[in-house]
Amino acid sequence: MTTVPLLHEEGFSLDRQKAFGGLFVALGLVDIFVFGLLANSGDAVFTFTLTGAAVNVPNLSLAPGPVCEGLGALSVVLGVAYAVFNLSKLPRGVISATAGIAFVVSFLCWADAGLVPLPFVSLMQATMLAAIPLILGALSGCLCERSGVINIAIEGQLLLGAFGAAVIASAFGSLWLGLITGSLAGGLLAALLAVFAIRYMVDQIIVGVVLNVFASGLTGYLYDQALVPYQNRLNSPNTFSPIKIPVLGDIPIIGPILFDSTIFLYITYAMLALVHIGLFKTRWGLRVRAVGEHPTAADTVGIKVLWTRYRNVLLGGLVAGIGGASLTIGSVGSFGKDISSGQGYIALAAMIFGRWTPLGATGAALFFGFTLGLANVLGTIGSPIPSDLLLMIPYAATIVAVTGFVGRGRPPRADGQPYVKA
Amino acid sequence: MSEPTEGAGGTPVDTSVSATPPGGPESPVTTDGETPAGHKGGGISAHALLNAVLEGNSAVVTFLAIVSAIVIGGLLIAFTSPVVLHAWSKVFSHPGTAFSRAWGIAASAYSAMFEGSIFNPHTVSAAFHGGSTAAIFNPLSETAVNATPLILSGLSVALAFRAGLFNIGATGQFIGGTMVAGWIGFAVHLPVVIHVVVAVIGGFAGGAVVGWFVGDMKARTGAHEVIVTIMLNYVMEFLLLYLLGLTVFRQPGRTDPISPSVAANATLPHLAGSNLRINAGFLVALAAAAAVWWLLNRTTVGFELRTVGANPNAARSAGMSPERTWVVVMMIAGGLAGLAGASVVLGTDFQLTPQIYGTYGIDAITVALLGRASPGGVVLAALLYGSLHAGGIQMQAQTQIPVDIVTVIQALIVLFVAAPPLVREIFHLRRRGAGEGGQLLAQGWGS
Repeated sequence: MTTVPLLHEEGFSLDRQKAFGGLFVALGLVDIFVFGLLANSGDAVFTFTLTGAAVNVPNLSLAPGPVCEGLGALSVVLGVAYAVFNLSKLPRGVISATAGIAFVVSFLCWADAGLVPLPFVSLMQATMLAAIPLILGALSGCLCERSGVINIAIEGQLLLGAFGAAVIASAFGSLWLGLITGSLAGGLLAALLAVFAIRYMVDQIIVGVVLNVFASGLTGYLYDQALVPYQNRLNSPNTFSPIKIPVLGDIPIIGPILFDSTIFLYITYAMLALVHIGLFKTRWGLRVRAVGEHPTAADTVGIKVLWTRYRNVLLGGLVAGIGGASLTIGSVGSFGKDISSGQGYIALAAMIFGRWTPLGATGAALFFGFTLGLANVLGTIGSPIPSDLLLMIPYAATIVAVTGFVGRGRPPRADGQPYVKA
Repeated sequence: MSEPTEGAGGTPVDTSVSATPPGGPESPVTTDGETPAGHKGGGISAHALLNAVLEGNSAVVTFLAIVSAIVIGGLLIAFTSPVVLHAWSKVFSHPGTAFSRAWGIAASAYSAMFEGSIFNPHTVSAAFHGGSTAAIFNPLSETAVNATPLILSGLSVALAFRAGLFNIGATGQFIGGTMVAGWIGFAVHLPVVIHVVVAVIGGFAGGAVVGWFVGDMKARTGAHEVIVTIMLNYVMEFLLLYLLGLTVFRQPGRTDPISPSVAANATLPHLAGSNLRINAGFLVALAAAAAVWWLLNRTTVGFELRTVGANPNAARSAGMSPERTWVVVMMIAGGLAGLAGASVVLGTDFQLTPQIYGTYGIDAITVALLGRASPGGVVLAALLYGSLHAGGIQMQAQTQIPVDIVTVIQALIVLFVAAPPLVREIFHLRRRGAGEGGQLLAQGWGS
């Protein structure tokens, strides 16, 4: 039982090496010929300081032409090197990261050329804010699927969590009570998922989809029936205010992004650490993964398969419920119909993209969060790039991922299979 | 905390016995894993999915599922009403009032639904006093109009089910259909009759392309259709938004994303006068259901499709190509969902809007499940859900009870239908033959 089920490490064939090299060359060419040559005149300016910050970081002003062409040329060279030489894992990673960053920087230069300065810190703050429900949802997915239960109901868990948190926080005037209720509401939907999947052995994908419909209908109904007429009493919660971590929060650039946010970001850090360590460094996690990979064997050595699954699905629901709560009392406050707007499915995508690992899923969620944040920020600086196409990226990227181009992840072997004691 | 087997132990008869047809416990062991391309792995999961859909219920269970869902929906309606809650706060002093208020609210909601979807007595007396006779049939017309896209997209999901594929992508295929049908409708000029026929065929083609992509990806790379279709739904939603932002797709003089109206030649003709919305789309839907039945039961393609759904490995040994079948099935399924899109844009909405896809794609899944993935069942299920939708709108207008309750009822019906053991537990039914019940319902990601 490997910790990270990466098939591509063993099967890293020459074809794939060439494909990746070709991809980097192609990205480099886009950098040069699209972003470099077609950019508006004028520099792209990036600001790194929020108003009122203690340390003032100077703005960065880049001329799109030379920068994009230079970065593009670098990508092309690295791509060729990648395809030609048999590199080991570390240089491969470095090249991939460099080409990716070069592409994003070129894109930003092109997008911002000649416009108002692009506030980098705000962009990254928006990224983190968007990533919180995605990460928590993806962690919920990891917890469930590592134990062998497919969790398509993340969307519904987020939605119920958002609803429960907003209503209780508003009705009782306590944000913490709202947070707990949101978590429990996510757990409630997970309990339904668990009962139908584990006890009644209904196809887990079907249950997940139907539970999402159920959650959407239920919250939509209650919204119109109770929240609209009693808006002031039931749907006007406060929101958590940002907590700045002393010292760390004052670091330029990084501080405001990572250490000056609401409690939800810190909960996300904690959850990420707990789930990662729990699943991969403890006996508990070994047992969970055993149940998800080979329940019969796990049962033989005395692990309680069904109990493990019930517990993990419930835990997952509690985690996703917190993510849902962050959508209301962590950002906008009041609940709106279908406020989760497909983020549960992006979280699912992030988990698959991250190959069923908490860290991988978090990386994917950050990337997806970045595209969401970027779509917002580009709108505010008046960029002509259509945000609709940007918002498409997470989904399109996931299709590319599952079609195997980027190295296929392998789901837990017993994922989705009900267990019947022999 | 408790015994590990508690889940199964609670109902030893239902779950443990019924869930052990051949291959049950072994299935986790015998799945793929060695083959990343996973064509072999599709076998077990596809078969199980098919069982889940086909054998999961009987007429009795379906009926009881509908009854249970309507009862729960009624309780939800009653106990979220301020009047009822107020009456129940005095349940000990005035128990009669509490019960009658609860009953009254739920009854008025459901009778409004009935009047909106099937028959409204007031329209008859109105007709005698000089009102229109068409109004008598308006509820039925509305039911048919609401059922039309549900039949077509439900057939899409059902057909894929029969081949062992789970098509969650009816939304994306629907959008593909509306885009092409709508564009042909407002941008191309053709003579009467020909225009609407071309537009409808265009809708089929638009959806078929989206479906083909899913099938092709599965056949070539083994990418799981569930993931690809979910993601493609969102890609198509944003593509629609993007297109509506372009001048080609935008109504002149408007700044909001809305397309020009389709030409009169391209609209689906009304079937019963211009006062009733029922249109030729309903006939297209019924014809599609007949065609799907014919395809499944009377053609070689249909035989291959069902064989692949039942057991891809056996199909392969018999010289069939599951890969080719997946591509063909997803293409037709996508086309059917595209037809649903065409029926909406050419039959009721007449222009493209960012939300034109509504919830048809997701409703289609519930329709296919309730209809047991058979064409006839899909038509009945779609008529039921169509009447719930039509009635729900009337209910909201008459009683201010939000129409979203329909979504709740719809989801509950499918949950109950999907879990026959649960319905039997509720109603203390005895188990029927061994083939029926909580059988192996496994489907993994199977990549």
